[in-house]
Amino acid sequence: MHSKYNPLSLSMQRRTALKTLGGAAIALTSPAVLRPGFAQDGTIKLGAPMHRTGIGASYGRWYERTATAAVKLVNEMGGINGRKVEMIVEDDGTDPKRGTEVVEKFATQYKVDAIFGHLFSNVVAAAAPRAGELKVPYFICSEASLLGAGKLNRYTFQPGITDVRAQVQAMAPWIGSTIGKKVTMIFPDYNFGHDHRDFFTAAIKAQGGEVVAKIAVPPTETSFTRYFPQIPPSTEVIYHVMVGPAVLTFVKELGDYLGSKRPEIFGFIDSLEAVNFNTPQLGFLEGTYFWEAYPRYAQANQTEFDKFFREKVGVDANGASIADPKDISTYSHMFSCWETLFVIKQAMEMANYRGPEQKKDLVVAMESMTSFAEGKEHPQGAKQFNGKTHQVFGSQNISKVEGGKLKVVHRTKIEDGLYESPTDYTKMDL
Amino acid sequence: MGLGPYLLLATLEGLVQAAVLCITAAGLSLVFGVMRVVNVAHGEFVMLGAVIAWYAASLLTGHPALGFVVALIISPLIVGAIAALSERLILKRLDYNPEATIVATIGLLYIIQQSVLILYGPDARPVDPPFYYTIRLPWFGYSAYKLFVIGAAILIMGLIWFVLQKTRAGLIMRATQFDRETAQAFGIPVDKVSAYVFALGAGLAAIAGILVVPIQQAHYLMGTDPLLLSFIVVIIGGLGSMSGTVVAAILIGLSDGILSMMFSPTLAKMVSTLLVALVLVFRPNGLFGKAAR
Repeated sequence: MHSKYNPLSLSMQRRTALKTLGGAAIALTSPAVLRPGFAQDGTIKLGAPMHRTGIGASYGRWYERTATAAVKLVNEMGGINGRKVEMIVEDDGTDPKRGTEVVEKFATQYKVDAIFGHLFSNVVAAAAPRAGELKVPYFICSEASLLGAGKLNRYTFQPGITDVRAQVQAMAPWIGSTIGKKVTMIFPDYNFGHDHRDFFTAAIKAQGGEVVAKIAVPPTETSFTRYFPQIPPSTEVIYHVMVGPAVLTFVKELGDYLGSKRPEIFGFIDSLEAVNFNTPQLGFLEGTYFWEAYPRYAQANQTEFDKFFREKVGVDANGASIADPKDISTYSHMFSCWETLFVIKQAMEMANYRGPEQKKDLVVAMESMTSFAEGKEHPQGAKQFNGKTHQVFGSQNISKVEGGKLKVVHRTKIEDGLYESPTDYTKMDL
Repeated sequence: MGLGPYLLLATLEGLVQAAVLCITAAGLSLVFGVMRVVNVAHGEFVMLGAVIAWYAASLLTGHPALGFVVALIISPLIVGAIAALSERLILKRLDYNPEATIVATIGLLYIIQQSVLILYGPDARPVDPPFYYTIRLPWFGYSAYKLFVIGAAILIMGLIWFVLQKTRAGLIMRATQFDRETAQAFGIPVDKVSAYVFALGAGLAAIAGILVVPIQQAHYLMGTDPLLLSFIVVIIGGLGSMSGTVVAAILIGLSDGILSMMFSPTLAKMVSTLLVALVLVFRPNGLFGKAAR
């Protein structure tokens, strides 16, 4: 068969192509490219299942940015045990089924050293058992209280963020003593929301208060006004925590419905993560309170660590992307990816980790940890780690909306959130 | 809050839902009536309408009403054009075969949804209503924009009725719906009519999307719910019957609003699905449908 190309031009192309290839080959074999500043061969492969799409997409976007920034920093510091860290991202669609498949893919195809970054608790509840079966260390950044309740396994850890149970236990005394004792709860109708419902009900009862109504809303709901008449007139405090793409609609409709004669409102920032406070319809939130794990707006007493973290991730003092002030971060959650990565680094260094055959050493090293000091690796604050329950404990912030910004009015101590649990994962088989 | 205001709020919420549903289902019903095509991608046209409204609102600075009006003009045109194109490229080549078009429109659904995911992203983005005013009642506040949606729906349904009943274009559509072959024998270009009707149905869906986006936010997965509810409405009302569609939309909208407020939203969904089952068992052609000829 004849070539339809001019032979001369073909040979020219071939010559150019050969030159380029040759150049590339030389560049690739040069030691500078093979090992860019790392003392050891091989890489540490971390699987990052992210909610790039589905109802957790805004969280996923920022989790990925934060994790990418953290991995970059770790590599600039020389990697882990002299090895470069490589992060492999897969989208799980915020879907439990897909989340489990992605965990399998990481363990069996990519053969990663560890997996980190799962957030939505329904996805975690589905994927964690599979990670345990495949014996791959699985680090969640989720707030799910499943670990402390003994429902997960030896390979699952949550070293970056406090769980819901500890959060509400730490804050209930402040809510009961400062804003009111008769509480109506509005929460998403799945595992995460049920954690809020169950643990807060118990915590406020311990303060002599009570939950007067529990309003469960499906997490995929798009219209909320119909739920609000269930708020009883005796309500002193509305406690809201909502997730999903419709959170802004939820808060707007709550404002429309309540008007000026509103009771006190205490919200979890989840209801407004990735949402701009400077929206006219959100004016009614002025003077209301929010839980924040990590204050979105840089406070007057901002630490140098917070400055460092914001700079590396690319977030300004208002918690928005430096590149686009309309792109608001999920500041109260995404730090967990950052802190988790540095905990993995610390544990791998303790275990002198060199490859996947040492996964068990990594688990044992994790279980021996007790505390993390505040610093560049832990900008949110100091933390206590329970090696038996695999769960970390940190401080919580209660912020008040003032002038369209969140100002911290109370910060809990780590001890306020500690709880007893009979769970001991160290007794499970490795 | 007493029973009276409670019912009032439930009715208002139900009417808003009925209004949006009416426009969406009218498009679906029109397409089925004239073309005998069950368009599974109909909900995606709602979503496209909303997403284009977001682009219009974010590209045009100034008063939000400006973006809204521009969206009302361009969005149905763009969505209609996309629909007409897919009708020419896909449905026509399948010869409007009922089974084949169902599968084809399922494919279309995914193509549109995933394209929007790639181009627009996975986030829900808010669009400001053209005006923002809260009506303060003694028991609760209510967004005036939602009342505007009800008004707009009445106007649009009136327009549809006028076009179908009083204009030549409507006559052609009705003739094609009544008997495609005879219409063709009388010189009606039924082939062209199909393209226009498909575009018109999609355009109506787009308008519903624009109306609903200031209440809901534009999101690439927002087409699923309207699709399901439109099917419920169209089945209860009778496929291809416009008056049946209106009655069924109000019935479903109100029952959904009231039941979900008095009892629970899940119960409301169960009741509407049960209604579909009952209608299919006892009146397979719908409340207003005529028996197949």
